[in-house]
Amino acid sequence: MTVKSAVSSALLASAMATALASLASAAPLSKAEGEAAVAAKKEKCYGVALKGQNDCAAGPGTTCQGSSTVDFQGNAWKFVRGGTCASITLPNGKQGSLKPL
Amino acid sequence: MRSDIRIGPSAGNDGSYASAFAPGLNDPERQTPALVSGPGGKKAVKRYNVYRNNVTVGLIDALAAIYPATRRITGDEFFRAMARFHIRQTPPKSPLLFDYGRDFPDFIAGYAYAEAMPWLADTARIERAWLDAYHAADAEPLPPGAFASIPPESLADVSVALHPSTRVVRSRYAALTIFAANRSPEPVGAINAAEAEEGLITRPDLDVIVTRLPAGGAALIEALAAGLTLGVAMATVLASDPHFDIAAALAGIVEAGAVTALSPGDAR
Repeated sequence: MTVKSAVSSALLASAMATALASLASAAPLSKAEGEAAVAAKKEKCYGVALKGQNDCAAGPGTTCQGSSTVDFQGNAWKFVRGGTCASITLPNGKQGSLKPL
Repeated sequence: MRSDIRIGPSAGNDGSYASAFAPGLNDPERQTPALVSGPGGKKAVKRYNVYRNNVTVGLIDALAAIYPATRRITGDEFFRAMARFHIRQTPPKSPLLFDYGRDFPDFIAGYAYAEAMPWLADTARIERAWLDAYHAADAEPLPPGAFASIPPESLADVSVALHPSTRVVRSRYAALTIFAANRSPEPVGAINAAEAEEGLITRPDLDVIVTRLPAGGAALIEALAAGLTLGVAMATVLASDPHFDIAAALAGIVEAGAVTALSPGDAR
């Protein structure tokens, strides 16, 4: 084989050794990611797959008798800043804004 | 043909009740279909609106359930308004609700009111990948020991079979950090969105795992998925990024259970 592939073979072998060694003691996830994994675990108990089994997805008390959660169509333009977006920033000082542009 | 169902003059294209009933559900501008009527032939606008509302609310709720981090970022009102625009434009094609909203991340990317949150679409892509990984076929991931048993000199010729749940995401922004923070029950602290991130989503067992990969990691997995050997895949990524941290990428891939089989190449 060529010199190039021989070099990459050695590089790969050493990288794999490093990788496997790191796994023994690794804390693979950051704290936030770990929490996400925990959240994800909870999630599956009431995920959308379970919801899909129900023909009336509009929620309790709604269903087919006209008492459904009302779909307020009129407020589409009144975007209220309610989420976490303001804590997520870009370096040019621009930050999440929910105001119409 | 069943004779007990009367199809009125306004039945839909294929003559069925459903094809006349359905189009107005997603379009408030349309009038109540003429074939819907109350007792004694009275108009049934309010009754039909119950269906309209339930369809809309049901689909918005489905998107909210699939994209909880996205919703937390924007707040409920913004999310529901954005979701409603998407639903009007892209009604479901499948009766399976978990399959709905596949185009929502692309919609977000082009949604004018989300322009100030350029990382939002990628965050939603991670959420979609999360659900797809969740519903992917089961398979037994290889333990790290399986990699250790390959002789170092033949490692480059090995090709891998990836777990059916394996998905990758690449973002110009810190979409993984944003995703993780907003899926966590904890309060969300300050996040600098400027750093590009790559991630791997897998479900080796029952739980979906989201792993951050070093730059180039997603390209490595894509090369492996295309059937390239480890050596060629690694060389491909290194060619475009000489600083590619292959050890960290391999550790992430092995740890995430993304590989289900190794096939040795031709002995040379």
